[in-house]
Amino acid sequence: MFSTYDTFSAPSFWQNGPSPGVIYNFPGSQTGNSHLFQHSQAPVTTATSIVAITFNKGVLIAGDMLGSYGSLARFRNCPRIMKVNDNVILGAGGDYADFQYVKDFIDQKVIDEQCLDDGFIMKPKSLYCWLTRIMYNRRSKFDPFWNNFVVGGLQDGEPFLGTIDKLGTSYEDKTICTGYGAYMATPLLRDAMDKNPNPTEQEARDLVNRCMEVLYYRDARSFPKYQLAVITADGVSIEGPLEVKQNWNLAHMIH
Amino acid sequence: MSSVLCPDISNSGFSFDNCARNAALEGKGFPVPKATKTGTTIAGIIYEDGVILGADTRATEDTTVSDKNCSKIHYLASNMYCCGAGTAADTEMTTNMIASQLELHRLFTNRTVPVCTANQLLKQYLFRYQGYIGAALVLGGVDNTGPHLFSIYPHGSTDKLPYTTMGSGSLAAMAVFESRWKPGLTEEEGKKLVRDAIAAGIFNDLGSGSNVDLCVIRKGTVEYLRTYEEANKKGKRQSSYRYPPGTTAILSTKTANIEVHDVSVQRIDTDLLMDTTS
Amino acid sequence: MASVANPSFPDYSTQAPTQHMFSPYADNGGSVVAIAGDDFVIIGADTRLSAGFSIYTREQNKLFRLSDNTVLGCAGCWCDTLTLTRILKARMQMYEQEHNKTMSTTAAAQMLSTMLYYKRFFPYYISNILVGLDNEGKGCVYSYDPIGHCERASYRAGGSAGALLQPLLDNQIGLKNMQNVTNKTVTLDRALAVVKDVFISAAERDIYTGDKIMIIIITKNGIKEDSFDLRKD
Repeated sequence: MFSTYDTFSAPSFWQNGPSPGVIYNFPGSQTGNSHLFQHSQAPVTTATSIVAITFNKGVLIAGDMLGSYGSLARFRNCPRIMKVNDNVILGAGGDYADFQYVKDFIDQKVIDEQCLDDGFIMKPKSLYCWLTRIMYNRRSKFDPFWNNFVVGGLQDGEPFLGTIDKLGTSYEDKTICTGYGAYMATPLLRDAMDKNPNPTEQEARDLVNRCMEVLYYRDARSFPKYQLAVITADGVSIEGPLEVKQNWNLAHMIH
Repeated sequence: MSSVLCPDISNSGFSFDNCARNAALEGKGFPVPKATKTGTTIAGIIYEDGVILGADTRATEDTTVSDKNCSKIHYLASNMYCCGAGTAADTEMTTNMIASQLELHRLFTNRTVPVCTANQLLKQYLFRYQGYIGAALVLGGVDNTGPHLFSIYPHGSTDKLPYTTMGSGSLAAMAVFESRWKPGLTEEEGKKLVRDAIAAGIFNDLGSGSNVDLCVIRKGTVEYLRTYEEANKKGKRQSSYRYPPGTTAILSTKTANIEVHDVSVQRIDTDLLMDTTS
Repeated sequence: MASVANPSFPDYSTQAPTQHMFSPYADNGGSVVAIAGDDFVIIGADTRLSAGFSIYTREQNKLFRLSDNTVLGCAGCWCDTLTLTRILKARMQMYEQEHNKTMSTTAAAQMLSTMLYYKRFFPYYISNILVGLDNEGKGCVYSYDPIGHCERASYRAGGSAGALLQPLLDNQIGLKNMQNVTNKTVTLDRALAVVKDVFISAAERDIYTGDKIMIIIITKNGIKEDSFDLRKD
């Protein structure tokens, strides 16, 4: 995908010449080592955990708005939860540039679909499946998209929640957290879901807000400003920026 | 005088004789034998009148469970206990040795040893070995100045905190503490909180498992709750796996007669046993 | 720095910038056990999907129904499993539409071997066990290595607890190292009990096996499904 044969990509200007969206190495230049393709660069600007949970009538996805540049908290207004259509929401962690790149393709997919005007709209499972293939193909080229995606939505009226990592590993569950959230938020969410397998929207919101607070205390790449996307039969709402409620009274007790 | 049969008693401390050889072997690509790591969840909190320590009971070697019910809360002194994570032998030996030093210190000073003393001994010891002693500890105790809780890292740095966790399940356990710990918990609330933190590690971290051990240290009393809760029950087998007699192959048989030459019975009076009281 | 004290010791971290080495594989754990009888075959797989010390999900089915009498169990790299089973499903459908009949278990077994070897130099990192009824209605188990070596057996354990369970099956089903045993064929009830019991044992000692097992039983009357809870730690 995304090759020059791709229908989405623009054709090159002339034979063997530069084409839009592709880095062009001039003949005889020293900088270009086209035969030594630099595979799988490390992520650069990154986003941290995504926290997601299903509730009785839909799905909730939360993620903070920080774009970290290594350990530098560099970009503080990076939305990374997108509405795909009225049926699907998508959250992403990992490399922010890769996310924006994939986002553009998803946006184009949605436009293409609207152009067909056949009354069908994409369901969450089809985006989930498509992303799994995209991620697996890139990992097979040793040039992965350095992301974790979380797809939420309503599949024929039932809440759907699934995730895909940079290898193309994908699975569905009632609670999904990526990054540090997998270690800190998942235990809290699983425990809550064991006690109450079918929470209401408000209960789910309270849970997710608590997870975002805990993650802000302990994840050094996190941020107190976050977005919360809710999808139900009534549609999608992406709320935020919301603020993590903080309590640092503890600081006075440590000497 | 030393000989092969009767070598000199070695100097105290570790022997580093083989370090250069091992480094050379490792450089040539020989695998280094792995020590048992207790991929662990350990935790401790301060509550209204003391300290509660908790631990899971799984010890692992790579991806296999080597001990399903090991004890990770070690005795240091009558007012102090210490949870250990990391290399099993290191946590065991380190706490044993410090326990002995603390007891000598108690006899020498004739008073309850303060918890900060144990902390200082442990961190100085671990710092000397630059992290090569892989012991990550949660030290808790109550002394004349009140309850104290420390976390001690393998390189020798320490933290004094009202609640702390260590080991591979530390993040799961810490998530529970961060969302529910508050000052002045009652003992019941405290035990429930530590149980839930350890359970979070047991169920969500593959390095931790089996049961929950707790240790409640109050001023003057200690309650060591080994197997506070059996978090996981072993499944019930469907059928029997007893072998009927004769299943094992007999390759050869040999009968040897034991000849009894003499029988005598000697009675030892218990009063004459060595007196160790004085 | 430690290297000043003794230059032969490796330090914990180096001054050089850390390089992200990308590995296209992951070990997502999981175990599969299959036992064949005269007129049935039974396959079980745990439902824990994990990586490192984390559990991704406790409810991941790892048994794939290729047809009404062929089932594949997969353990190992989950992204490869997803891809392989997707292609397999397509190939089964293509066969059905081209030949107007369902592919037999033996043919599916051979096809899987070919598909695995096709990726000889960038293998699917999966431990596969394929079961079904052969052309005579007898239960059969095929086990594979990641690059397509195929072997027919009557029982097999694979995946993260494979090495732990295979000797147990050798003894209990293969009746190895025993004297005076007469009952050579295994009944369905016995096989089902053994599958459940070996998973109980595996969950005790293998950290990547647990949560639940899915069991599929194939007889001439069709496919039956069963599940059984394991410990969750």
